[in-house]
Amino acid sequence: MNPTSLTKTSHGRDDHWLSVTRPTAMTRFFRTFLPWQFVRFIVINFKMMRIIALSHRPPR
Amino acid sequence: MGARVVVLGSGIAGHTAASFLRKWLGKEHQVVVVSPKTDYNWIPSNIWVGVGLLRAGQVLFPLPPVYKRAGIDYRQAKAVAIHPEGAVDAPSPFVEIEYTSPDKQGQHERVAYDYLINATGPKLHFEATPGLGPGQNTVSVCTADHAVEASKLLDEKVERMRKGERQRFLVGVGHGTSTCQGAAFEYIVNLEFELRRRGVRDKADITYLTNEYELGDFGMGGIHLRQGGYTTPSKIFTESLFAERGIDWVTRSHVSKIEPGRAFIETLAGEEKELAFDMAMLLPPFRGAALKAFDKDGVDITSRLFAPSGFMKVDADYTAKPYEQWRAADWPRTYQTEFKNVFAAGIAFAPPHPVSVPRQSLKGTNITPAPPRTGMPSATIAKAVAHSIVDMIHGAKEPTHTASMAEMGAACVASAGANPFTGTAASITVFPIVPDFEKYPEYGRDLKHTFGEIGLAGHWIKILLHHLFLHKAKMRPLWSLIPE
Ligand SMILES: Cc1cc2nc3c(=O)[nH]c(=O)nc-3n(C[C@H](O)[C@H](O)[C@H](O)COP(=O)(O)OP(=O)(O)OC[C@H]3O[C@@H](n4cnc5c(N)ncnc54)[C@H](O)[C@@H]3O)c2cc1C
Repeated sequence: MNPTSLTKTSHGRDDHWLSVTRPTAMTRFFRTFLPWQFVRFIVINFKMMRIIALSHRPPR
Repeated sequence: MGARVVVLGSGIAGHTAASFLRKWLGKEHQVVVVSPKTDYNWIPSNIWVGVGLLRAGQVLFPLPPVYKRAGIDYRQAKAVAIHPEGAVDAPSPFVEIEYTSPDKQGQHERVAYDYLINATGPKLHFEATPGLGPGQNTVSVCTADHAVEASKLLDEKVERMRKGERQRFLVGVGHGTSTCQGAAFEYIVNLEFELRRRGVRDKADITYLTNEYELGDFGMGGIHLRQGGYTTPSKIFTESLFAERGIDWVTRSHVSKIEPGRAFIETLAGEEKELAFDMAMLLPPFRGAALKAFDKDGVDITSRLFAPSGFMKVDADYTAKPYEQWRAADWPRTYQTEFKNVFAAGIAFAPPHPVSVPRQSLKGTNITPAPPRTGMPSATIAKAVAHSIVDMIHGAKEPTHTASMAEMGAACVASAGANPFTGTAASITVFPIVPDFEKYPEYGRDLKHTFGEIGLAGHWIKILLHHLFLHKAKMRPLWSLIPE
């Protein structure tokens, strides 16, 4: 793809449509599927706390 | 006798430093905050003000009552000059301030200090691009006022779309050396989400304009994530989200000038183009606050304390060297300046060099994102500096705490649409922020701790952070337990 501009292909679809990784319907569904997102909420919070713990250095 | 610590600025860094200094220092010591605006602004939530989802009052609160309760001496003023050696008629170091409060407007005063923290953040350097910025041809979300103006313009455009007109939105950065692409990213995806919510998405053409070489660079040289059996660059995920949302993009660009409804850009390849828009939200490049410095005899020593960009020189390696020789160890650790009692925290310190690969257009224009300095590192640095100063007041000879951006990670939640059931946000963790290719030769980062995911859970976390950080900034009960 031309990196600095979006071009239309001969059949009218944006170049993005053809050359870019896109999420499947399943991936999009899970992004807002409440039971799964409750689980992710806990997992992501845990991952973030781990980064915070790693980033607060003890005195040198 | 007690010591006096003066903190310049009451943003994320200055306010964090002042709060912890007050908590850790006994009452015999004085903490003074000098800052021109009385309101604290939780800047990350300005994005939601800019699309009309929050009012300015929900991201701002007045600091003077908080400081009064905490026992912090607050001066509504801006720092003008630092005199780290004092002056002929003043034996101790002092900072010259100019009041901005209505009752003392324009009055100057010398505030003596034993320790000084410069946390004056960025000067929004709209002037770097002719025609850029509020009052000119584009809007911004860098301050709550700017965001309110952006939201009003958006309302006007939505009205036009409701009447059947097509509108073109241009969102991104307004200069080849801007940083803060994360904020521009959040604004564009929130704008797209909001236009859908208001039922006018089909009437909008939305384009992202950036100085990044590839989408997903974010001034960090991009990040790599392990997912689905591959190590994938952030470019793939960012492009994917934009394509999914029907957002067009223009990368590798410097904005040379803005006229009403038209942005003139120069690309790395040397092309010159014109992009037409009906509404543009373009973030400016940052400079340091225009502080001066003088020695005891009144000789200007600004260039000793500050880099040409206006940011304060600290314990970094500022030797000019080619990209191949950049090292993680170039980045500052203690944020002490050549004067042992003067520190910089947050955006105010001068980074040694960018993180992204530096690039110039064929015409020699620098088109390289400046390094990012988001809220979490700003606050973490401020806390480390406050800790060091407390220890130095209690007898330590050198700073005791470090917070190098090449040794710390960041957790970041980028909103991609605000709704408690249908909204999403990208939750990202990276470690370290500045890649260390000696320690992690392949990607510069520890991929065990580098993670990204889009989903509703991220939006809930973003809401939680908004409330937690405002609670913390208001120094309400248990504030100090909330991490940076
Ligand atoms: C729209 C937007 C969204 C963002 N979103 C996020 C996000 O989601 N997550 C994240 O981590 N980061 C985010 N950031 C970045 C984050 O806001 C900054 O990293 C942070 O504000 C930097 O803190 P600071 O204290 O260095 O500067 P600031 O917060 O800008 O504070 C600077 C302070 O200095 C004061 N000052 C200025 N000049 C003087 C002077 N001469 N004398 C005394 N005081 C002075 C100012 O009034 C202010 O109080 C975002 C930024 C923007 C613009």
